[in-house]
Amino acid sequence: MASKVIHAIYNDDDILLNAVKKVRDEHYHIEEVYTPFPVHGLEKAMGLADTRIAITSFLYGLVGLSVAIIMMNYIMIQDWPQDIGGKPSFSYIENMPAFVPIMFEMTVFFAAHLMVITFYMRSKLWPFKKAENPDVRTTDDHFLMVVDTGNHDIEQVSSFLSSTGALEISIHENDEDH
Amino acid sequence: MYTLPNKLKLFAIIFMVVGAVGIVSGFLMAPKTTSEVKEMMVDGHGDGHGGDHAVVDESHNGGHGEEAHDDEAHYEHVLHQLQNRPWSALYVASFFFFMIALGTLAFYAIQYAAQAGWSPVLFRVMEGITAYLPVASVIILVLLLLSAFHVNHIFHWMDPELVNPESDHYDKLIAGKSSFLNVPFFLIRALIFLGGWNLYRWVSRRNSLRDDNAEDNRWFKKNFKASAIFLVFFIVTESMMSWDWIMSFDPHWFSTLFGWYVFAGMMVSAITVIAMVTIVLKSQGYLEHVNDSHIHDLAKYMFGFSIFWTYLWFSQFMLIWYSNIPEEVTYFVTRIEDYNLPFFGMVVMNFVFPVLMLMNSDYKRVNWFVILTGIVILVGHYIDVFNMVMPATVGASWFIGLPEIGAIMFFFGLFVLVVFTALTKAPLLAKRNPFIKESKHFHY
Repeated sequence: MASKVIHAIYNDDDILLNAVKKVRDEHYHIEEVYTPFPVHGLEKAMGLADTRIAITSFLYGLVGLSVAIIMMNYIMIQDWPQDIGGKPSFSYIENMPAFVPIMFEMTVFFAAHLMVITFYMRSKLWPFKKAENPDVRTTDDHFLMVVDTGNHDIEQVSSFLSSTGALEISIHENDEDH
Repeated sequence: MYTLPNKLKLFAIIFMVVGAVGIVSGFLMAPKTTSEVKEMMVDGHGDGHGGDHAVVDESHNGGHGEEAHDDEAHYEHVLHQLQNRPWSALYVASFFFFMIALGTLAFYAIQYAAQAGWSPVLFRVMEGITAYLPVASVIILVLLLLSAFHVNHIFHWMDPELVNPESDHYDKLIAGKSSFLNVPFFLIRALIFLGGWNLYRWVSRRNSLRDDNAEDNRWFKKNFKASAIFLVFFIVTESMMSWDWIMSFDPHWFSTLFGWYVFAGMMVSAITVIAMVTIVLKSQGYLEHVNDSHIHDLAKYMFGFSIFWTYLWFSQFMLIWYSNIPEEVTYFVTRIEDYNLPFFGMVVMNFVFPVLMLMNSDYKRVNWFVILTGIVILVGHYIDVFNMVMPATVGASWFIGLPEIGAIMFFFGLFVLVVFTALTKAPLLAKRNPFIKESKHFHY
């Protein structure tokens, strides 16, 4: 059954935030909210789960640290332990202070870049990606809430949404498969 | 209003009494003559370092290097180290608690000057901690005066023989620095530093109390100006203070970022103590407006300044290790050879532990987590000061025993008594600070 979705447009982030709370109290399902800028507290009002991207970043940092240690241990200590300016290349620990700047930078490099790439992949962002923007005004000064009508009465949902302060309400076919 | 619980008072006094016993017995245990040193060393004495005395001829103790091979001179050398030990233990502990009070004062001034919106609910806590500053200043001054009048020899350069060209002990390097490192100028500097810091502490506390009953923001503005001026004064004098009171223990050695290094340790210990006192008062129901977000912010500062401290520690260590210039590197040679565990152990306590414990955003809101990490950080920074002072005064004859623990206990008791007594003197909420409302509703 192809369900219908309602696009409700707001022009103020406070009104939007209250509307989100009311819609959730009525147990309607919010598909998506489009905003031109981050609205503080929106993810809490929508009940979205916390991001785990910081955890991935920590793990990537550990990978970077390991890469730096293994790389320099192999190059400087195992493969060709030269005497360079009297620095002790007998074991990794003896020459470690010289490697710390690289260990640090590699940790940061891996943590930062892999986290960014993870972000792009998880949020499906890449060049030439087709923009998924239901209404161009949402990138400028309007806020758009997409509410799934499901088995509810469309009339009832749209009149409820206009009572939450929506300026415009339009009904669309839900062409996405879930 | 906060009332000092009798139990806390008793707790503090017990610590002071037990600590004082430890300090006194430390002085009584110190040997008076070389023959006592011989006896102690034969017994494999309780120091736990009997075997290490072969390495006491450190090059940094100017003029002793050659003689140390001689047996009698060696015992003489160890005697001086053992006689320095109770003094150094006293000095390290008093400096450690002094630096907590001073660091808190600097943090407080930063909050005023930056017009921080989150911290005004903590101002009275910070003012309570800085109430220890005048007490600590007197103690430090007395210790410096005792050294200046040759009651002890923890400041090697104060020995007049070293700058006398006629003497056998003439030390050209120290003599060359004597226009800065001489006793009268040293004491004048100490008076200027302590006077300036205590003046700001007195002015800002007075203005803060007057602000409670004021009609306008006059006292806040005055405090803002005083804080900005103090911060300029502080960063100059703090740097010089670290040369005078810490770096001059090794008068042959110098490091340009030393002032920053001491500052970083000072700030992280101070913020840790602010967080701990806040949590204690909050758990007793006194700080109504302090919430998890305030603790979270303090824990973030603990985390950040721990990393900042490590950055400076490593920068100082690595630059000297890398270039390996003999006149600079002796500082770390003695520390790595004679103080291996405390020297590297403190890096674990001051860096690895807080970084792993406080990285998670949720953990920064868990009070017992902050307290646990705070204890490790504070112990770590005590060992940091210990590592800065002891190698120059007691060398390889170090041990964390009765005099050291006694001194810590004494100053801890005094600190708790002074701080919590000061907290009873004023309401724990600054009433009409312009940012107090924002601070009450602060959330992260």
